[in-house]
Amino acid sequence: MTERTDLIPIFIMGKRYDVPSSLTIMKAMEWAGYTLIRGVGCRGGFCGACATVYRIKDDPKLYFGLACQTVVKPEMYMGQIPFFPAKRASYDVTHLKPEAATLFKLYPELLRCLGCGTCTKACPQELNVKGYMAAAMRGDIALVANMSFDCIMCGLCAARCPAEEPQYNIGILSRRLYGRYLAPRSEHLRVRVEEVENGKYTAEIIELKAMDRNALVGRYKARDIEP
Amino acid sequence: MTYTPEMLELIKVVEATRPQRLHQKFPTALLEEREKLLHGFHPDFLSEGFRKIRIGVGKGEEMPNELADVVEGRPHIGPDFDLGDPEFETDVLVIGGGGAGASAALLGQEGGAKVTLVTKLRFGDANTMMAQGGIQAADRPEDSPSIHYLDIIGGGHFDNVPELVEALVTDAPLVIQWLENLGVMFDKTPDGMMMQEHGGGTSRKRMHSSRDYSGAEIMRTLRDEVRNRPNIEVIEFCPAVELALDDKGQVAGAVLYNLETERYFFARAKAVVLATGGSGRLHYQGFPTTNHYGATADGIVMAYRVGAEPLYLDTMQYHPTGAAYPEQILGQLVTEKVRGLGAQPVNLKGEQFVYPLEPRDVEAAAFIRECKERKLGIPTPTGQPAVWLDSPLIEMIHGPGTIQKALPAMVRQFKRFDIDIAKLPMLVYPTLHYQNGGIRIDADCRTKIPGLFIGGEVSGGVHGRNRLMGNSLLDVCVFGRRAGRTAAAYVTQGVTPGKPTLQHLVAWNKELDEAEIDEAVKSPILLPSYARKE
Repeated sequence: MTERTDLIPIFIMGKRYDVPSSLTIMKAMEWAGYTLIRGVGCRGGFCGACATVYRIKDDPKLYFGLACQTVVKPEMYMGQIPFFPAKRASYDVTHLKPEAATLFKLYPELLRCLGCGTCTKACPQELNVKGYMAAAMRGDIALVANMSFDCIMCGLCAARCPAEEPQYNIGILSRRLYGRYLAPRSEHLRVRVEEVENGKYTAEIIELKAMDRNALVGRYKARDIEP
Repeated sequence: MTYTPEMLELIKVVEATRPQRLHQKFPTALLEEREKLLHGFHPDFLSEGFRKIRIGVGKGEEMPNELADVVEGRPHIGPDFDLGDPEFETDVLVIGGGGAGASAALLGQEGGAKVTLVTKLRFGDANTMMAQGGIQAADRPEDSPSIHYLDIIGGGHFDNVPELVEALVTDAPLVIQWLENLGVMFDKTPDGMMMQEHGGGTSRKRMHSSRDYSGAEIMRTLRDEVRNRPNIEVIEFCPAVELALDDKGQVAGAVLYNLETERYFFARAKAVVLATGGSGRLHYQGFPTTNHYGATADGIVMAYRVGAEPLYLDTMQYHPTGAAYPEQILGQLVTEKVRGLGAQPVNLKGEQFVYPLEPRDVEAAAFIRECKERKLGIPTPTGQPAVWLDSPLIEMIHGPGTIQKALPAMVRQFKRFDIDIAKLPMLVYPTLHYQNGGIRIDADCRTKIPGLFIGGEVSGGVHGRNRLMGNSLLDVCVFGRRAGRTAAAYVTQGVTPGKPTLQHLVAWNKELDEAEIDEAVKSPILLPSYARKE
């Protein structure tokens, strides 16, 4: 085999491997010979399974990223946090009120937040976690829902928090309260559900189901397309 | 990273034609043209990619080679595996932790059953989580379930199972309301109107979205709800490797495998809901995939082995717009919502060459033709073929800031590589996305095996030979719910369980031997093998 010139040293949980410099952390681990079980999921930046903490040689700063979306760097020292035992409250969303007291009752530790911003620094989605925690303390559920919306629930915020907050779980509680109680309701949806339940479309669909292929093709071609 | 200087030069061509393209409507292809494109360029029509399956209930049917390999696999365990001392017993065993599994667990629990959900990876690490663009439902006055029905059946080449399409379109508005009541945040105008766009092959705007995290928003909400319910237990990193029947031919549970302790064990159940999803990680014909790490056809393998019938497993969906550059995100999804909002596919000469929102199979075939036959693709450093997807048009149509607001996941993904998709077009090429067919079910998710119910991507028929965008998030909710409901009813109406056995494996192994399939892989394979061995 010819000598590769594109290899760089990285340290996976302290062990050195020389890997191609163009790879993501996840593919570099596989290139190094790992068969991943934990710390891998969608491989597309949506599931939060591959939260990774890393540091570069001689730089004291900690960096955070998703292994599937972060390209390796020379002298990178990395480890994954595939699971973090943050607290999660249990509740029946149909019996909650969309107000500050609900957040405080289910997550009393919310009021212990120091506002230090370590969570924001740790977020691989670059969300303003500290900002939405502040909104949560003010009971502004709509703002928490909106600011936390792109959260993939990887848990890095909670892993780094000196006040032991489960930020991402407070986020989803707020989003569910917003979606169920605070978002404007859709009148057209309510009407359509009623029509379906009253069987308004049953006859039309029975007719379509009984059509042969040629008749369906004709119907399909004749559809008008909304601009 | 960003684009190379050569690519930035080519982008100038796209920019030069943009003002004139802004108002140019490329015509839709007639049905006859669609067929020609598909037969000429779609991977489903490349005969060397397929072979006939040699054993089992669907013997003689065509499947992609890679799928046939695992379906004709050798079981993890032998017929003498001890089922006498189950690790646990439950009413309904849900296998799969995506949208269909979660929906089935919820409706199963509401139906009065004790539910155990087992999943191979973490609960929610599934294709549902990755769906970006949206979910279809005909709930505007201009639209109706019958129009939705026609769009689906035309997109599916008129091969869809009518009863399943009926279930999909009539449950659709109910599912949107169900999700809203669970707290899913749909994109709405201040007065509550759902913001809806077109998807490929739709004749009405009926794509409901949650920015471009539509699947993630639905999945994390369903997961949170499952975790809140008493009587649902969730066990992660424990995929099923074999279904067990009893001596009456009813489902009796499944043999599970703890990926971490590497131990096999039996879970006794009165009913099983199979919701294991698709098979993109088999990389048909060498294509990259948008699918999550665990999409390895496990459900097809297990259901087929106990005699459940396959349907349309010879048709796979290639999403037209997989990322083609940078190589780190090769094959990952660029949501169809980008085209729904007005972005156009453009060739090397800066020209449109296909209507932007054809059904996915047609759109993908047109991209392949543009690169392979017309040689008007965009060259990339790795040799990966590509066409432009001209995203900056979106802001010319809907105003500045639209992309950040409507497509935050896309912006984030490309920004990681210093590409601003509000200013520069993306490079895309078809990527393996979805298993159009699966195991045959009826409208209540029954199979021909008593006690075995199936929902979501592992099932087949509802989408015919090609699924439209926004109908898989809908599918997992509609048929996940129906599967859970039917399973709970089956259990609560009283099942008389027999003695669990793995006798079907005796017959299976015999067939393998008689067909002289010596090289059979151990299947389900559970995970793709990406670790470098040399």
